Amino acid sequence: MTTTLPVDEKKDSYDVIGKNPLRHDGTDKVTGRAQYGADIRLPGMLYGAMVRSSHAHARILSIDTSQAEAYPGVRAVVTAKDLPDVESKIAELGEGTINLRHQSNNVLAKDKVLYFGHAVAAVAAINVHIAEAAAALIEVEYEVLPPVLDVRKAMQADSAILLDDMRTDELGKKGDVPSNVAAHYQIQTGDLEKGFQDASVIVEREFFTSMVHQGYIEPQNATAQYNPDGQITIWCSTQGSFGVREQTAEILEMPVSKIRVVPMEIGGGFGGKVGVYLEPVVVLLSRKSGYRPVKMTMTRSDVLAATGPTSGSYIKVKMGANREGKITAVQALLAYEAGAYPGSPVGGGMGVMFAPYRIENALVDGYDVLVNKPRTAAYRAPGGSNAAFACETMVDELCEKLGMDPIEFRLLNGAREGDRRVDGPTFARIGFLETLEAAQKSSHYCGPLEGPNRSHRGRGVASGFWYNYGGKSSASASVNSDGTVSLITGSVDIGGTRTSVAMQLAEGLGIPAESIHPAVVDTDSVGYTEGTYGSRTTFSTGWAAYEVSKLLKEKLLERAALIWETQPDKIRFEHGRFLFDDKQMTFAQLASRLDETGGPVVASAAVRPERSAPTFATHIVDVEVDPETGKVQILRYTAVQDAGKAIYPDYVASQMQGGVAQGVGWALNEEYLYDEQGRLVNASLLDYRMPVTLDLPMIETVIVEVPNPGHPYGVRGVGEVPIVPPPAALANAIYHAIGVRMTTLPMTPARIVAELNKQEG
Amino acid sequence: MTKRVRVQATINGEEAEFLCEPRQSLLEVLRETLGLTGAKEGCNNGNCGACNVILDGALVNSCLVLAVEINGRRVTTIEGIATAQGLHPLQEKFIVHAALQCGFCTPGFIVAAKALLDQNPNPSETEIRGWLAGNLCRCTGYDRIVRAVMDAAQVQDGIL
Repeated sequence: MTTTLPVDEKKDSYDVIGKNPLRHDGTDKVTGRAQYGADIRLPGMLYGAMVRSSHAHARILSIDTSQAEAYPGVRAVVTAKDLPDVESKIAELGEGTINLRHQSNNVLAKDKVLYFGHAVAAVAAINVHIAEAAAALIEVEYEVLPPVLDVRKAMQADSAILLDDMRTDELGKKGDVPSNVAAHYQIQTGDLEKGFQDASVIVEREFFTSMVHQGYIEPQNATAQYNPDGQITIWCSTQGSFGVREQTAEILEMPVSKIRVVPMEIGGGFGGKVGVYLEPVVVLLSRKSGYRPVKMTMTRSDVLAATGPTSGSYIKVKMGANREGKITAVQALLAYEAGAYPGSPVGGGMGVMFAPYRIENALVDGYDVLVNKPRTAAYRAPGGSNAAFACETMVDELCEKLGMDPIEFRLLNGAREGDRRVDGPTFARIGFLETLEAAQKSSHYCGPLEGPNRSHRGRGVASGFWYNYGGKSSASASVNSDGTVSLITGSVDIGGTRTSVAMQLAEGLGIPAESIHPAVVDTDSVGYTEGTYGSRTTFSTGWAAYEVSKLLKEKLLERAALIWETQPDKIRFEHGRFLFDDKQMTFAQLASRLDETGGPVVASAAVRPERSAPTFATHIVDVEVDPETGKVQILRYTAVQDAGKAIYPDYVASQMQGGVAQGVGWALNEEYLYDEQGRLVNASLLDYRMPVTLDLPMIETVIVEVPNPGHPYGVRGVGEVPIVPPPAALANAIYHAIGVRMTTLPMTPARIVAELNKQEG
Repeated sequence: MTKRVRVQATINGEEAEFLCEPRQSLLEVLRETLGLTGAKEGCNNGNCGACNVILDGALVNSCLVLAVEINGRRVTTIEGIATAQGLHPLQEKFIVHAALQCGFCTPGFIVAAKALLDQNPNPSETEIRGWLAGNLCRCTGYDRIVRAVMDAAQVQDGIL
């Protein structure tokens, strides 16, 4: 069930926004006709297979590809020797940055393999079976090195070192000895000592989380066709086609104009399909095979072993509050696993951690730490869930010690407009308190805690924050003679954004969403557009569509003025009708007269908002824990979230529900399991246990609308924050069910039984 | 090159004939040989359900069936669910209930739900959740999928 609570004082007068039209690509997607990356088949196409490291940490001594090259049906073999030696250069990559040399080495390992599954060589052959058989014949000689698998051990001076040239960036100053600590960041404000002196209650704990994967159902795939004239086309599953173009161009040292990226339909991303893996490799294979198109698709075990995941972490938190329940001081240390190359989302975690609260005295230290695991990628609110798991569990403990209701405590301490976030920025209009009030009034929070058994039931509450990104987007549109408008954007549609963007164009033109024909096109066919990440597409690309609507309207008013022999400013345009004196024309009537008034009407716009506005969520969950087996059953779940203005409410609610489901998996089941040699032992969807239908109840959603004053329609961005509260909400519910504070994710049955046994023992 | 085998089967109501290697899965042949790319490869080992098809009335993961096994049998893929009259109620309800985001798992869910409704026209929420537990969706949290199937069952019930 979805409830929408508008907080906006002026009543909406929208024709299209806030309704739920049928999505434009619905029929394609329910009939199997939508073309995803792996569905492509080109004449003469070859199939690729990758050779991957079976060691977590080893020096590559030699690679012998001769047997594979001689294998019948093989057309090309490539290794890192085929890649140019890319210099260190930092590139923006969605919600993070990456050093392009590291990116190149991650695509094909050069001197060392740094994780189990690290790509070493690739083969293209006439079918995938031959490619796989030939790949198995490639002999790689390794000098095996000790694997570094624990984030805290990796930070010690005597640890084996992953990258010999890595020096710690210590608060902006480079260290002088090799280290696995890529960076140490710090946030400091107020007087910590005094803050803790003022506290009458202080809580302190350590928290541990494992790496988890984005878990998109579609494996990474890429197809490239290298033309003899040097022009390259890449078809792939990506969140951002322009990002693929840039990264591939940098890694292969060629101009971006040589590469056209065609984004196919994408089967989920969640941040994991921003960086390239296969794209530069298939380009090399295509060239080396005599310009044949080459397709490569990852296996599921490749996806788990070598893409994603997000960081595992060690977090220590200390929080103090006075007798009235006001937070007086907070301190935290966050050490995040970056994986094989620097770039964990520890910075995101540091900022998210205490953002929901008004805090005067704080000290937060963050460490970005290399370990012999895959290079981490963004995952929905990167870094946020780890940090909120720790902070929101401590908030619950403070409430318990103070004897306060968890929502009352948050209402007392909650951030509001004008408050300064611990990490610096001052909040403009935000909706945290509104989500808390809505949660407090919800039928769930007001209702009884009910389950099939009478004991071991608990209710948990947790909140979360996310920044929301803005960024560059372009859109173009043309008016058709039948009164429809064709809209083209470069924003890959992962969850209904064709429609949420089209609705903003439709609103501006006063025509139904169904009259817009949205298309997502390749990098040669639309202006620069950043990827679908950072909860930015409905915000930024929607804004570009709004700008396009204004331009089209201007041009159409000129046409109407020609017809009525008057000035454009004498004509009113209301809800899709042009009005002048007692005359009127519908949008469609005018559209049918473009030929006689000067020809086609088209418009393009590009926007570049630096950022969107932050959003907050508060979640309530009821659980029942089986004390015999440790299994946690979720009885009821309600997610409350400030969406700004919800353009396409069904899909806003669906983002909230999907974020909850991923958060539940992270909280209860999902984790990367490595053996002592650093081999991933659960690289299948049977052993990497994501939630299925039976693990979840219906997920209730309450959309709170506190419009973002920085967007023409008040959009904030909705995709990411719903994954932030679930682990803590569940940990708190489990505590209230069985009296044990779970401080390690996932909270598996085995861990819960172990804690219960400790309690009894 | 491995020797190929000739296979004849009825696919989406039409006679089909193809050559395949004995090691090729039904999923691979559907996608690569027959161009029926609606069945998706999510895991290739029976854990995600994205490749679901109906084989002689039974729901199967086409990645776990060898193509040679379908000789003389009837296969329904997602491409065979809609009819000349239009979308199947399940397809309509998936759109109406916003039961998809990325849409990659959707063909598998619709085929699986069709197999359920074919044998149990009026399933409870628990029965739907139990039946669909072999299909992974990472986008929606399943809420809307379950609702779409319940609603489609009612519509279909009305038609029958």
